[in-house]
Amino acid sequence: MMSDTVQGFSNVRRTRFWQKGFLASQSAYVLAALIVLIIIMALASPNFLTGGNIGNIVRNFSFIAIAALGMTLVIITGGIDLSVGSTMALTATVTSLTMVGLNGAGFHPFPGSALIISLAAGLGTAGLIGFLNGFAIAKLKLSPFVTTLGTLSIVRGLAYVTTYGRGTAPAGPDKELFLALTSGQIAGIPVGFVYLIAIALIMWTALNHTAWGRHVYAIGGNESAGRLTGVNVDRVKIQVYMLSALAAGFNGIIISGWLGSAPANLATAYELTIIAAAVIGGANLAGGVGGAAGAIIGCILIEVIRNGLVLARVDPYWQQTLVGCIIVAAVLVDRFRSLRNT
Amino acid sequence: MALLELKNVTKDFGAIRALNDVSFSVEPGQVVGLMGDNGAGKSTLVKIMSGIFQPTTGSLELDGKAAHIHSPGEARSLGIETVYQDLALADNLSAADNIFLGRELKRHIGPFRFLRRREMNARAVELFGELKSETRASDLVRSMSGGQRQAVAIARTRLADAKIILMDEPTAAISVRQVAEVLGLIHRLKDAGIAVILISHRMPDVFAVCERVIVMRRGTKVADKPISQTSPEEVTALITGARETA
Repeated sequence: MMSDTVQGFSNVRRTRFWQKGFLASQSAYVLAALIVLIIIMALASPNFLTGGNIGNIVRNFSFIAIAALGMTLVIITGGIDLSVGSTMALTATVTSLTMVGLNGAGFHPFPGSALIISLAAGLGTAGLIGFLNGFAIAKLKLSPFVTTLGTLSIVRGLAYVTTYGRGTAPAGPDKELFLALTSGQIAGIPVGFVYLIAIALIMWTALNHTAWGRHVYAIGGNESAGRLTGVNVDRVKIQVYMLSALAAGFNGIIISGWLGSAPANLATAYELTIIAAAVIGGANLAGGVGGAAGAIIGCILIEVIRNGLVLARVDPYWQQTLVGCIIVAAVLVDRFRSLRNT
Repeated sequence: MALLELKNVTKDFGAIRALNDVSFSVEPGQVVGLMGDNGAGKSTLVKIMSGIFQPTTGSLELDGKAAHIHSPGEARSLGIETVYQDLALADNLSAADNIFLGRELKRHIGPFRFLRRREMNARAVELFGELKSETRASDLVRSMSGGQRQAVAIARTRLADAKIILMDEPTAAISVRQVAEVLGLIHRLKDAGIAVILISHRMPDVFAVCERVIVMRRGTKVADKPISQTSPEEVTALITGARETA
């Protein structure tokens, strides 16, 4: 390793490998808990580890996991994005409406053209929502909680207004392609999961191996230090809110593909599950801590619990109560650990 | 020729005049002590030189050329480095990450730029060696002592070829041995031709390393004289206002 030894550390022990990095993070504890849970489930229910059920779990957590990755970025900077559920709905709505509109206008110069324009319109909407969130928070110095609480309501309202509250379904010559790209499978793996893994890998690389990633963490750790050392804090903040909205919007499009339509109440209250998944996975709402792997682990844990309760024929309404317990347990374990270390 | 010159700098915050017509200059390799009681305007002065504030009236000159410094990043690119009183460190990052924050070393791969972690760590280890500080480059700042944090903040100023280093209370929160190390470091900076402005409450520190002392009182410069022509008693009297001017 590095020539990291400087003169005379007489009273300082070297940090052991399990005391730093991923192994010392909340994500690792939660991953251990998840593995234990999976083993218990597998022993308790013969249906749990069947191919069909695993496919269900993978597809279901992919529905929120991409948004949870974006949320994790925002949380690392010490912010919060409450508008993701609404952004999912409006993005899916705009995408779907654009497809319907292009179909009505007979615009279809080449296969896939309507789909490309529709996706661009949907994701453009998401990007704009994220930009407005980020601009209000970074430049106008509004609190992230209040700003995104506002956009939560504004954007949800727009989803109802544009569809007269009825929702909309994708149509036209590219409909089959749209469904294949959102709810199809690649070699038996749901495409949503493939997107998730690809996006998570990009996010992990960006967070750990680029200056941008260091700046995201630095803003969460000490924003004024970031400013004083020449980090463009405002620009990075606007970027993370845009990425959060784009991730949510993309996730919304995937859900609408699975549903075959984009109802105006799509993903209502999903923001809370998404924040819960990010926090269970180790993102710290105080800022400065979190990662791509943790967000996915959090999403899997929530989905495994839900799935397990269904298999065990327990009233699925218990899920919310259990997820709440796990949020508190996860942060408690982390708290005890940091108490012991200081 | 003066390295840095402030000409008639005044700074108002609403109805409060934090600095009133302050002028002074610093020569290359000169170590200048900046003293004054709380609220005398020391920190405001530092923030004007490091680009956080802009003067209400008056001007700055660097190497004889007018300098308009609009941000800390701009100040650094002009060769003005600052050790802030609160050190400006991100607790959740390693020492090496903090040292290189905002000017990371990068490697181009296609259109992407990735961190050169190994090089940054090695350079950080080198800097801590130069500072004779027992600080590990890869440790998180969160787990560090006051002196180690100080070392990280000072190591940051040694990354680029600084012409002048502003140190805001660099010895306020550290042990006796570490104070001696910081003062030794200031001597080495001076030998390397780097000017230092040392803001401090500690009279012994200023008299140990500075060749000139500037005393501020209520936003006005009340004294600017060579250390050899003054005494701790006189400086104390100037700070408290027992003596009006020197």
